Amino acid sequence: MIDTLRLTAEEAKRLLETREISGAELFAAYRAAIDDRDGELHCYLHVCDDPGGDGLPIAVKDVIGTKGIPTTAGSKILEGYVPVYDSTVVEQLKAHGLRILGKTNTDEFAMGSSTENSAFGPSHNPWDPSRVPGGSGGGSAAAVSSGLAPWALGSDTGGSIKQPSALCGNVGLRPTYGTVSRYGIVAFASSLDQVGPVARTVRDCAFLYSIIAGRDECDTTTVELPHPVELPEAGDLRGLRVGVPKELNEAEGIEPGVAAAVQAAIAKLEELGAEVGECSLPRSVEYGMACYYLIAPAEASSNLARYDGVRYGYRADTAERLEMYKRTRDEGFGDEPKRRIMVGTYALSAGYYDAYYGQAQKVRTVIKREHDALFEQFDALVSPTSPTVAFPLGARTADPIAMYLSDLLTIPSCMAGLPGLSVPCGLSEGLPVGLQLVGAQFAENTLFRIGHALEQTIAFDPVPERLR
Amino acid sequence: MPIDREQLLHVAHLARLELREDEVERLEGQLNDILEAVSKVSELDLSDVPPTSHPLEVVNVWGDDEPQACLPVEEALANAPEREGDFFKVPPGGAT
Repeated sequence: MIDTLRLTAEEAKRLLETREISGAELFAAYRAAIDDRDGELHCYLHVCDDPGGDGLPIAVKDVIGTKGIPTTAGSKILEGYVPVYDSTVVEQLKAHGLRILGKTNTDEFAMGSSTENSAFGPSHNPWDPSRVPGGSGGGSAAAVSSGLAPWALGSDTGGSIKQPSALCGNVGLRPTYGTVSRYGIVAFASSLDQVGPVARTVRDCAFLYSIIAGRDECDTTTVELPHPVELPEAGDLRGLRVGVPKELNEAEGIEPGVAAAVQAAIAKLEELGAEVGECSLPRSVEYGMACYYLIAPAEASSNLARYDGVRYGYRADTAERLEMYKRTRDEGFGDEPKRRIMVGTYALSAGYYDAYYGQAQKVRTVIKREHDALFEQFDALVSPTSPTVAFPLGARTADPIAMYLSDLLTIPSCMAGLPGLSVPCGLSEGLPVGLQLVGAQFAENTLFRIGHALEQTIAFDPVPERLR
Repeated sequence: MPIDREQLLHVAHLARLELREDEVERLEGQLNDILEAVSKVSELDLSDVPPTSHPLEVVNVWGDDEPQACLPVEEALANAPEREGDFFKVPPGGAT
């Protein structure tokens, strides 16, 4: 009997290699778990039949293009769209024998922090189904946490891998900008979007990252990794300097239980031999949200111009062309993409460009410089990933700005193109708390080393209590 | 500076969105709240700071100008809402 709730990808790989189980048995076990639990959780928008082969199963966020498998990005405007080519990351998964279990739920066009913006209904948090799994990649995070996939791919623009990983008790990596190909991914904000892994352990997360990282000829923003991915081994953290940015740890809205779990984890880092020191990101946190909510919508308004009802996706039934564009887009897009298209179009329009978009790009320079300066002194920065634990469904849907604040702590490092790892560090109110580790560009191995050491020391049980 | 109804409809036209009346009413308030929040960036004097449009120091990537295999017509048209022969079909443009 395969216990998908407990099985790590690493252990599953070993069982396959020693032929204790077959690839078909493994795939069938996850499919059975999906049949059993996904009715309640709604992690998947589409479930696949076993494509054959003998590798590990994997779930893929629905913004990632998959040949022959519907890809909707959680939007009605792409309902029924079936890509005729694979994204590069999916080609890489297939080259490693990995088999796609299905496409996971997401806020529409990855715009949101709860999956409640999905046109196909929200996912639910496996720890408490009356709460959100986070977003936008809530489907991937909830699937991994509830044993409906051993690991998954997500995508992250301002926190869409790290925040749901934190809320569901998973390990999630937003890689350094440019290390993973975005060819074949539904674009949201191109100077920010990154694909990355979601897993149950840091070693699984690192292994999946090693599969997808590297330069891709089809994506000219990608670069070769300066050094290979190292799977972290048990060990202490002597010689590492960890900074605790005051503003990320004392921000208004951080729940006491979240702060306490993170403080306890920081004490463990010291016990493990790391040198811990306080530091400051004065303007990154204060101005990060405003900067992000100009740059991301501006880029989104441009990227989402392609949904015009001509070549693919939904088309409204009209007699005249301009009306066809306008009604297709009004009927096809949900509220959040429309809000962001409107904000972005306004911020880029004549007379407002310099005050909004141009100024935000300068703030971005300030944020990048503040982070660069800290990495002269520290190897990693630590803070909560999310100010709160998973919140109840519906709690923030009426107030877009309250929803935007879910990503207060993840956004600054995204603006600077830096890698961030979220690892579970304890519970608050019976729900998982995520610890965010941010590194210098290309410092993923350092983050894996710290995350792994912490994981071994804290011994967090990633299986939701109600499913044990 | 708050955005009024006329500006909102102009922006919607630029973005090719035919907003319904209830959306216009809802968006007017929400957009003003969001614009007020993001206007925070103007508090900083950054006249001597260069903009960042891309987080990595990357240089131009050049490719050889050589024809390569591309999508067959049938695949390119596979998701078309409407086609005529080897073309995407759209409704006629109105008088401008």
